[in-house]
Amino acid sequence: MAAFREYVFAQSLEEAYRLNRQKSAVIVGGNMWLRMCGMRRRTAIDLTRLGLDKIEEEEDAFRVGAMVTLRALETDARLNAAFGGAFAAALSPIVGTQFRNGATVGGSVYSRFGFSDVSALLLSLDARVMLHGRGEVALEDYQFEAWDRDVLTHVVIPKGRRAGISSVRLSATDFPVLVAAAARSASGLRLVVGARPARAMIVCDGMDPARVTPQEMERLAQSIPLGSNLRASQAYRRKIAPVLLMRAAAACMEG
Amino acid sequence: MVIGFTLNGRKVTVQAEADDSLYTVLRALHVSSVKCGCETTNCGLCTVYMNGRAVLSCSVPAPRCEGCEIVTLEGLQEEAKLLGGCLADEGAEQCGFCAPGLMMNVFALAKEKPDAAPEEIDAYLAGNLCRCSGYMSQRRAILRYLEMKRDALAADGQEVRER
Amino acid sequence: MREKESQMAKTRGGVGEGVRKKDAEALTTGKPVYTEDIAPGGCLVVKLMHSPHAHAVIEEIDVTRAEAMPGVVCVLTYRDVPDVRFTQAGQTYPEFSPYDRLILDRHLRCVGDPVAIVAAETERQALAAMKRIRVRYRVLEAVLDPERALDNPTVIHPEENWRALVPACGADNKRNLVASGQDAEGDVEAELAASDVVIDRVYTTKANQQCMMETFRAFTRMDAYGRIEIVSSTQIPFHVRRIVATALDIPKSRLRVVKPRIGGGFGAKQTAVCEVYPAIVTLKTGLPAMIVYTREESMTLSSPRHAMRMHVRLGAMRDGTIRAIDLHTLSNTGAYGEHGPTTVGLSGHKSIPLYSHGMRAFRFSWDVVYTNTMSAGAYRGYGATQGLFAVESAVNELAHALGMDPSVLREKNIVREGEAMPAYYGERANSCALGRCIERAKEMIGWEQKYPARTMANGHVRAVGMALGMQGSGISGVDTGAVMIRLGDGGMYNMSIGATDMGTGCDTILAQIAAQSLECPIEKITVHGVDTDTSPYDCGSYASSTTYVTGMAVVKTCEELRGKILRAGAKLLGSTPDACLFEGESVCLAQGEGSVTLSRIAEAQMTAGFEDISACVANGSPVSPPPFMAGCAEIDLDPTTGEVKLVDYVGVVDCGTVINPNLARVQTEGGLMQGIGMALMENPVMDASGRTVSNSLMQYKIPARTDVSSVRVAFEPSYEPTGPFGAKSIGECVINTPAPAIADAVYQVSGVRVRDLPITAEKILLGERE
Repeated sequence: MAAFREYVFAQSLEEAYRLNRQKSAVIVGGNMWLRMCGMRRRTAIDLTRLGLDKIEEEEDAFRVGAMVTLRALETDARLNAAFGGAFAAALSPIVGTQFRNGATVGGSVYSRFGFSDVSALLLSLDARVMLHGRGEVALEDYQFEAWDRDVLTHVVIPKGRRAGISSVRLSATDFPVLVAAAARSASGLRLVVGARPARAMIVCDGMDPARVTPQEMERLAQSIPLGSNLRASQAYRRKIAPVLLMRAAAACMEG
Repeated sequence: MVIGFTLNGRKVTVQAEADDSLYTVLRALHVSSVKCGCETTNCGLCTVYMNGRAVLSCSVPAPRCEGCEIVTLEGLQEEAKLLGGCLADEGAEQCGFCAPGLMMNVFALAKEKPDAAPEEIDAYLAGNLCRCSGYMSQRRAILRYLEMKRDALAADGQEVRER
Repeated sequence: MREKESQMAKTRGGVGEGVRKKDAEALTTGKPVYTEDIAPGGCLVVKLMHSPHAHAVIEEIDVTRAEAMPGVVCVLTYRDVPDVRFTQAGQTYPEFSPYDRLILDRHLRCVGDPVAIVAAETERQALAAMKRIRVRYRVLEAVLDPERALDNPTVIHPEENWRALVPACGADNKRNLVASGQDAEGDVEAELAASDVVIDRVYTTKANQQCMMETFRAFTRMDAYGRIEIVSSTQIPFHVRRIVATALDIPKSRLRVVKPRIGGGFGAKQTAVCEVYPAIVTLKTGLPAMIVYTREESMTLSSPRHAMRMHVRLGAMRDGTIRAIDLHTLSNTGAYGEHGPTTVGLSGHKSIPLYSHGMRAFRFSWDVVYTNTMSAGAYRGYGATQGLFAVESAVNELAHALGMDPSVLREKNIVREGEAMPAYYGERANSCALGRCIERAKEMIGWEQKYPARTMANGHVRAVGMALGMQGSGISGVDTGAVMIRLGDGGMYNMSIGATDMGTGCDTILAQIAAQSLECPIEKITVHGVDTDTSPYDCGSYASSTTYVTGMAVVKTCEELRGKILRAGAKLLGSTPDACLFEGESVCLAQGEGSVTLSRIAEAQMTAGFEDISACVANGSPVSPPPFMAGCAEIDLDPTTGEVKLVDYVGVVDCGTVINPNLARVQTEGGLMQGIGMALMENPVMDASGRTVSNSLMQYKIPARTDVSSVRVAFEPSYEPTGPFGAKSIGECVINTPAPAIADAVYQVSGVRVRDLPITAEKILLGERE
């Protein structure tokens, strides 16, 4: 169990930011993972009163508040229409509806879990994170940074891409053994692999759709750093990586 | 700290620690329907409604409940008897330990997808684990319950039209 | 015929009816009926400090700082407990399981072994205090591999007061051996030599977790007489009384055990995993105390299935006649011997007999060893599940070696009704519809159309696989259950039982048997259980015993009670019992007019001059008639990833007469799902230091409802002459078929034979094609 001594509802982003500069503080998202990590902090910072639970559609992007739940992301009609149903496909296998009613986008993106389906999808869509403090940072950079003390307020997902996702799971509601996400834009395809089991990474960008062939995916997969964990060996991941990449790519091209 | 919220329509005030969960608070209030089966946020036994949304009470920080509407199976006894009857007619409740959490989520399903097909039922309730039943009897019972709800709704509509 | 009609009218909710469980409404409205719900306020919270090492000795332990922490009432170490060894296994005395435990021991034998007990006013205080306990360990070499345990220089139980109560087990603690033995008939080697084909294979199964939703828990309190009341989520109240008395070294008369509603057991709670800890706290402090195992504790220090390694040799002729089976099982009992000597027996005794028909010889030998891993226990199937994975897989491999349809091979060799089963203690199959089960299962799954495999439009391949299973019904000559029924006010019946409903519905099923026997509506039967002070003795609900053993006790009790009612009725009618008839609601004269209602008889009983109308009869059985079943799996394989989806599973069961079709069906569906989980995903994993890594429901995945789309069940009843109304058992038999059936379907589509569970996508994709 995570332990904290005080629980503070931040009244402003500035206050949240200021409190979070302290090493003894932690921001509580959905509290799904945090409660399990056994961390001890003096102050828990709650962002629920800052209006960060909205998905806003702008001209060229969606602005997703950090406290938007995974369930809201999964069921948002505009997002799914814009990205070919990829959000519903990526999020629906995660544990259960009640879990997704609690877990937040900010929590998922900030934590940079290797197993995150959400991060893999967002990365393929070239999402950016808004940090109170540093401002806007590309997810592709943020994804590999150390845990910071800025306040993640929004995830911005640019429009104009179609996405596809494919994963293998040992059981239906489990973490993925491996997940591949693909998104197609005017400049070509971006392919992402997550649950390597390390953090999701871009394995190829700006690929000409004509190059999407099993042979090419096979070639790509050879260069991805993959590892072993409780769920699968590196050898198995290596073998299924091209299959999942091909499926994700095909799905985004259909969309 | 002192936290005030509405529990099954009744205002309550509790003394809690900053890192207590809603689950802990509810058990301390002798809300016996709420159970814990995992501690890893994935069994569904502790499901309650927070402002109308089904959540895992084990992961909700108690302070976050300030001013919220919390509903548990204790607050839905009539509906529980209806769905409980459907489960019992299949023998699907078995040990019963997971039943309250499941039932809370079934009510949420009934509201969101009153015509849910079997696959949709399974997908919606995937986060409610049960080790006794093997799920098939629960699926039959839930289909029956949804059908009863639809019939009741149709009958109400009929009555309104006749008036 | 007329008589039958009148009985039908009076009996309601009797044998064969799918009535609701008596406790259904309480369970589905969230009433406080489980252990934790009914604990008294102010219970001390009991927490265990666990060993971080797989094998160590406590050199020094200092609890003074912990004791000084706020709210802490007591901290106990090995110095505070009796030096009396006991077993936590819930078995009839003298137990086959060795007496090898202390409540707290200086010698720690697995990761998680309790180092200290902390009792405080709140959980937070107990956990905070635990952090203040200082321990210096001397770490010892750990034996983690069961194949290296026997005669290893590291002896896990060197202690002088280690005791095996039943010498026939062949235990020798100095050799890390808990049991060893052999059972055989005929000349196996000669028969194998004379066989056209010999399948010689090794199969392994893991230490699967029962994962009942309610973890282990119990509370204890001192009553007005200075006795300790234990309220526990247990399958074995009477054994708990003996086990705790032994462990605490106090007279059994000082203990009372109560079982409330239980949130599932599946055998896990046939071991007294947690009761001794709050009990010793209450004994020392006089205060009420409660322990609730975390899920992690339930996954790391509990009573999972015995992991087994089985070497099968199966000899057959070219026409498919099975001549001989030779099975050796090596079973890992872990750090302690709970259920070690007994589970292993079922791996052979409840697998080999399936093929008794033409078999000329068999040999079944076994070794059960200690290792520095979590102690195993009882899990539904109790060794039969492991043995059947091996033997049924070998039979499927034989079918493929012979180029025969595995279902046809089985039809040729299975035991028929009336045949003797030499490998089943020589018992005869007096009720057996196994042939019909196979036929029906094939029909339901569409075997003729689907065997062996077909390729789908999306490139996936589908195939069907089959396996058979059997179990027992209670432990022959050992299990006993008594039932007491009293006639009460208004003509109701109070039935007291010692059998333990753990969600299975035995309270209701036993009431149905009573309603049938007493020709009354089930509503007239109240059921009460279990309280060791007031319930009649029952060994508990395990070994698939309750319907068969205790159910027959209900029949016998009702028979005696009917006689007493008849006597009282006759007295009221001024007649004699042999001139009167028991009619359910009344007693009437056989000839002429005149009757007296049951209600009137009950009232009379409460007047001077009448005898008490109650009966209490125990039942045990010299035989343990096996239920049989056939299971068929249809799977869908994605050949590019190795992913397997179970499309459909069909189970057809011969459990004798079906007492309650709804409850029998749910037992079957639930057992099959556990078997499916064991086959496809449940994977206990330990790291190199002996720590269980699959320590939560997040890391040890049991099936969710999205994992399996269809499980279908049917019954092909036989009639068991020694069972209540022809019934046998159902609880355990149903878990046995999925693993071998699915493994064979996987082989059909992939060419990969998985002989070590679980059957994962990785093993299929990277496995060697045969």
